[in-house]
Amino acid sequence: MVTFQEISPADFFYRNRDIAGFTNPSRAIFVSVREIVENSLDSADQINVPPEVYVRLTEEDGHVSATDSGNGVYRLMVMDNGSGIAARHIPAAFGQVLFGSNYKLKQARGTFGLGGKMSILYGQITTHKPVIIRSSTGGSKVYEFKLMIDIQRNRPIILDRKTKRNKENWRGTIVEYSLEGDYYRAMSKILEYLKQTALVTPYAAIRFVDPKGRLYMFNRATTKMPHPPTETLAHPYGVDVETLQRLIRVTSSKNLLDFMRKHFHRVGQGTSLNFLNFAGFIRTSDPKKLKPEDIKHLVETNNKNKKFKKFFSRISEEKLNVALKKTKHPNMLEFLKSAFPEIDATIVLRLLAASGFVRTKNPKKLKPPEIVRLVRMMKRFPDFLPPDASCLSPLGEDLLKTGILKELKPEFTAVCQRKPSTYAGHPFIVETAIAYGGDIPKKDDIAVYRFANKIPLLYDEASDVSVRVIRSINWRRYKVASGMPIAIMVHLCSTKVPYKTVGKEFIADRPEVKAEVLNGIREVARRLQMFLAKREYVAKEKKRLSVFAKYLPKIAKFSTNLAGKTQEPNIELLVKSVRKFEEAA
Amino acid sequence: MKKQPEKSAKAKKEEVLKDLRMFGGTLYDQMEKGRFPWVEMPSRSTENIFYSPDFRQYILGEKFVKRSARNIRHIKPFTQMVWAGFFASELVKNRKTSTLRDVYYSAQAYEMSFKDQPESNNILTDLETATGFAREDFNVFPEERSALFGDLTIEYTVPGYEGKQLNMTSHPDGVMLGPSVVSSEFAKSGINKVIAIEKGGLFTRFIEERVHEKFNALLVLTAGQAPRATRHFLNRLNRELDLPVYIFTDGDPWGMHIAMVIISGSANAAHLRGLTTPDAKWSGVYATDIVDYKLPTDPLTDVDIKRLHELEKDPRYTGDLWKREIKTFLKIKKKAEQEAFSRYGLTYIVDEYLPAKLEEMEKN
Repeated sequence: MVTFQEISPADFFYRNRDIAGFTNPSRAIFVSVREIVENSLDSADQINVPPEVYVRLTEEDGHVSATDSGNGVYRLMVMDNGSGIAARHIPAAFGQVLFGSNYKLKQARGTFGLGGKMSILYGQITTHKPVIIRSSTGGSKVYEFKLMIDIQRNRPIILDRKTKRNKENWRGTIVEYSLEGDYYRAMSKILEYLKQTALVTPYAAIRFVDPKGRLYMFNRATTKMPHPPTETLAHPYGVDVETLQRLIRVTSSKNLLDFMRKHFHRVGQGTSLNFLNFAGFIRTSDPKKLKPEDIKHLVETNNKNKKFKKFFSRISEEKLNVALKKTKHPNMLEFLKSAFPEIDATIVLRLLAASGFVRTKNPKKLKPPEIVRLVRMMKRFPDFLPPDASCLSPLGEDLLKTGILKELKPEFTAVCQRKPSTYAGHPFIVETAIAYGGDIPKKDDIAVYRFANKIPLLYDEASDVSVRVIRSINWRRYKVASGMPIAIMVHLCSTKVPYKTVGKEFIADRPEVKAEVLNGIREVARRLQMFLAKREYVAKEKKRLSVFAKYLPKIAKFSTNLAGKTQEPNIELLVKSVRKFEEAA
Repeated sequence: MKKQPEKSAKAKKEEVLKDLRMFGGTLYDQMEKGRFPWVEMPSRSTENIFYSPDFRQYILGEKFVKRSARNIRHIKPFTQMVWAGFFASELVKNRKTSTLRDVYYSAQAYEMSFKDQPESNNILTDLETATGFAREDFNVFPEERSALFGDLTIEYTVPGYEGKQLNMTSHPDGVMLGPSVVSSEFAKSGINKVIAIEKGGLFTRFIEERVHEKFNALLVLTAGQAPRATRHFLNRLNRELDLPVYIFTDGDPWGMHIAMVIISGSANAAHLRGLTTPDAKWSGVYATDIVDYKLPTDPLTDVDIKRLHELEKDPRYTGDLWKREIKTFLKIKKKAEQEAFSRYGLTYIVDEYLPAKLEEMEKN
């Protein structure tokens, strides 16, 4: 007999932790550090404070992991100076999977705060120890919670709760818990992750003490921060059935016209009317069934509004009544369209809406097939305005340059921020940079640093769109040869990064994204080419000058001797005359 | 003595030094005037090398090349040439001699390293071309291979031996034709001809058989292709003492060419005079001798035949004798060494062949 059993989100992730990247002990410890650090950076970014993150990883002696796998048990502590969390939200924020995200969109490192909770869940599974959260929003108190997650019911269990006085007006969050892992295998990835994070977040100070007690410092190079993103609504092109259903559940709108305007990005009255008409969700009154006051209202609406009058001129109530009696059109929209064939349908719709002739359904009363149709129509409607990029927070060329100079110490760097673009209704911005020489090691291949929403991507490099783009470029055109010390950075900012997998490892080949990445890399490559060409010229010039400087004095010396003279001729002017420009000397 | 030398060794030395001083002076003046020093000299590229029937040797044509220190590609060889001139003047002034190998290493003492020996040799040839003097005039001599034997007395001019005389019969193995002999002056001569011999074995046989006495000859061993100093010395014997020069080589295209280079010089030395002896005569072994004397032979190899075809087209091989012998070689496809005469007994070549040949030569 088959039994069915409902499982909670926490249970689901417990059973499928591989999907979120907790595939093995070394990967798990890396993902844990990453997720908690990202939450910390996000919370400081949100209140526009340069982040300060302190990470400590210690080995717990004498503790055997609950899984008895022979792996070590570590205690992870991450402290930040971010927004802090209000006491009442702490249990759910750390002990309940899929808690409380609203569905507005703006760029952040984590999307639903899922990763952090997954890490804590993983810690609990492997060590059966509670997580300790201390947080303050900067008020008079610091709250401390000792929590565990009830996995089956997806509920936080509060084991202990303390309140302390916040004497120093501290603000931030400290997360501390134990987990099973293999630090020594994960070490290089963790350090690489922190280094690249420092590169892409040059305004953050990050300190890390590893289990051996070694301190790694990533100092901030600037306190300037990128413009914080503004929250935006979902764009109709990017909406799926599930999102739409959630919006319907929470909306206070009583009709679709209002619903579209209120919940979607860059949708106003005109677009809403046009779209709903296109999708077949608009009904207008039957001309035969109009009451005299309705007709009067329509005429007045038109005649009193300059905008409408411009199109329809003055409408006479008597003439309208006559025309209405004769018409065979089933609704007012068709009627007005045939009466004013030269006028744009949007204007007609606007007049009808303003006069109260337009009726749309209450979104809560939409039947499932209607919801599916609405989503499908959203994707088909060609006249939605493209999303704007105010919801994005790219690093900006200056900050990117600062980060590269700080962490890579190259001889030359060029950065480029592309104009905002969109794919499938999601706005995105690509930032690229190239760095050459200095501390960058010489390798056969170009080193690639990939970032998405300020997160370094460290795995599955070969499948990433940036790497494919870089491989497709004929680098000889840019004077780049194998074995040169070159690194390329690609940063993709989007409200929805097109990851190919749940694990945030690599970016899929979206044509729109690919084109922007390609153009961005070409731009910085051109600037590198100019730099290399100039350097080559200067080196050649230096060599040329050194040849003259070496041989002319010898000619002078030998011919003086040959000629039987004692005083050598003055050749300084000759040496000077071959100098093409001063700085080459 | 029939004829006085055109110039004494001392006068020649003065002339060389004066020329080098002028060479340096020109460059010095150019630099003093704030200009990049430059020299002009005849081009030695193959298209500027011509055979001159008048001089009976290769000469350089009308094309000139300008070497300037302004040119990044010229400045290094230019400097090397100036150094070479400086080095030559030091050698001549101090009466020291040197070799091409020596020059190559000496450059390093002045931080003037040459890439390799050919580069160094080439620079010296540049200096020869620019000044018109042979490197022997700059006291740069090749490694010695040649030797002399016969009743010629020379007077040394080298330091420590000035005025001392030596008869070329004083050593039974012959006297080595080194820098001191080359730069000596002729004091007394009891000879009336010069016989140049390709191979050491025959040279020794001729001494043993007293050819120098029987024929009043000075025997000169070329030891294969005659070095430039030997060719210059043969030229002096011919010019200063008015002696006929006869050349005996193996009977093959290579031996024939040894004689030709003594007579008409080589393309490589087209920029120099005084290295050829146009009146010298190749006296054997001819291809026709192989037939006439029924000499033991080896067949001509492919390389030999290829060489003969090259010589056919060579402008130096225009005389009837050359044409006839090349044709005969190609016809009989055989070659013979000088030693081949030994099949008729060790002294046959001296008793029979040589007198007959010399008689034939003197008749012409």
